[in-house]
Amino acid sequence: MSPKLSNAQIAWRAAQDIADGAYVNLGIGFPEMVAKFQPPGRQAIFHTENGILNFGEAPPSGQEDWDLINAGKKAVTLKPGAAFFHHADSFAMVRGGHLDVAILGAYQVAETGDLANWSTGPKGVPAVGGAMDLVHGAKRVAVITDHVTKEGAPKLLERCTLPLTGVGCVTRVYTSLAVIDIEGGRFVLREKLAALTFEALQAQTGARLHLTGPVADLTVPEL
Amino acid sequence: MDKTIATLAEAVATIADGATVMIGGFGGSGAPIELIHALIDRYRATGHPSGLTVVNNNAGNGHVGLAALIEAGMVRKLICSFPRSADPVVFTERYLAGNIELELVPQGTLAERIRAGGAGIPAFYTPTGYGTELATGKKIEEFDGRPYVQERWLKADVALVKAERADTMGNLTYRAASRNFGPLMCMAAAETIVQAREIVAPGGIDPETVVTPGIFVQKVVAVPDPQQEETLNRAGAVH
Repeated sequence: MSPKLSNAQIAWRAAQDIADGAYVNLGIGFPEMVAKFQPPGRQAIFHTENGILNFGEAPPSGQEDWDLINAGKKAVTLKPGAAFFHHADSFAMVRGGHLDVAILGAYQVAETGDLANWSTGPKGVPAVGGAMDLVHGAKRVAVITDHVTKEGAPKLLERCTLPLTGVGCVTRVYTSLAVIDIEGGRFVLREKLAALTFEALQAQTGARLHLTGPVADLTVPEL
Repeated sequence: MDKTIATLAEAVATIADGATVMIGGFGGSGAPIELIHALIDRYRATGHPSGLTVVNNNAGNGHVGLAALIEAGMVRKLICSFPRSADPVVFTERYLAGNIELELVPQGTLAERIRAGGAGIPAFYTPTGYGTELATGKKIEEFDGRPYVQERWLKADVALVKAERADTMGNLTYRAASRNFGPLMCMAAAETIVQAREIVAPGGIDPETVVTPGIFVQKVVAVPDPQQEETLNRAGAVH
């Protein structure tokens, strides 16, 4: 079994790139974990699509206020300086370029920056939520994901095969094996696990990895 | 001017068969449970209204509120962004059986279409959905070198909205994140029916804090102790 990062470790790595004071939207599910790993001394302001800026952790069980929820419909709390707003304002923040970072999950990412993360095909009930909005407007759109699927198939591809969420929108991918930027329609490798050779990483990637400079070791704490 | 209506039954009495009804709320937050249940009660007693087109972010949860409206067989079509929830069984069964039509709209586009409907803007361009299957058949235009999708306004015959406080002139405030689609839907419907925890005399809401001005509201009905969808579902409630 080759080494790979846990979800918490991927989230930790993504959190290190969020600046103090950044306005951030975290996709529902796995990306929500990023909020737990803000570096000491930095405070990001988290946005949730249903209409809150600067929400905090979940309340203790039994103390939920069901008018105070996040986009995943989980109960949250407010931090000092929080704000409420309606949905049109909320998505003006999203599409209008006011968010510094959006961090989303992915089924597939293409070297072109295309993202597929909302539908696995025509079966069942389709549901999109805010995914297609979130990929537009944030200054950085980052993805956190396992490097490959549960079956071992690459999730980083030349072209997505699943229905697209957005075209040319992703700028950085944090995976269980590497940190990869998307620049000029190419995957550019920035960091990889030290125990992994470039060739082994390339073999698990469905498009060519490019090098434009030194590749750093991807190091994260035990979590 | 007094927009107060004495009872929930009276407030929903004129909603017609085939109407397009916007229902506020994001999940249970802001869901006007009592207005929805009054509408279901009317349908059970009279057979009307039926064949509704409902606009909501979701598709209901459990067997109360919007889910109960669908379960009662009153909804022909749903326009929403995310028809899944913790317990979406009512919608899912009907959808997979082909008994309800779904128009899936990205969440921000849904909000903006409703806002546009209320603001008299028949269409607008958004980057959202470009290059995806949800933009199929829609007009694409380039602005400053980037492609955008044309989307059309969305209007309704009726909006059902939950507020925290109303005055008798229809000025509204909301509670916490429950406002979500409420202010937009109030603008976009020909008749907006609001349930409020408290109805006060004009002047009882500081004009600086009014979120929805009364011009967008036609009826207000007091529901002093409103039910929450999550609480009902945790108790296994069925309407």
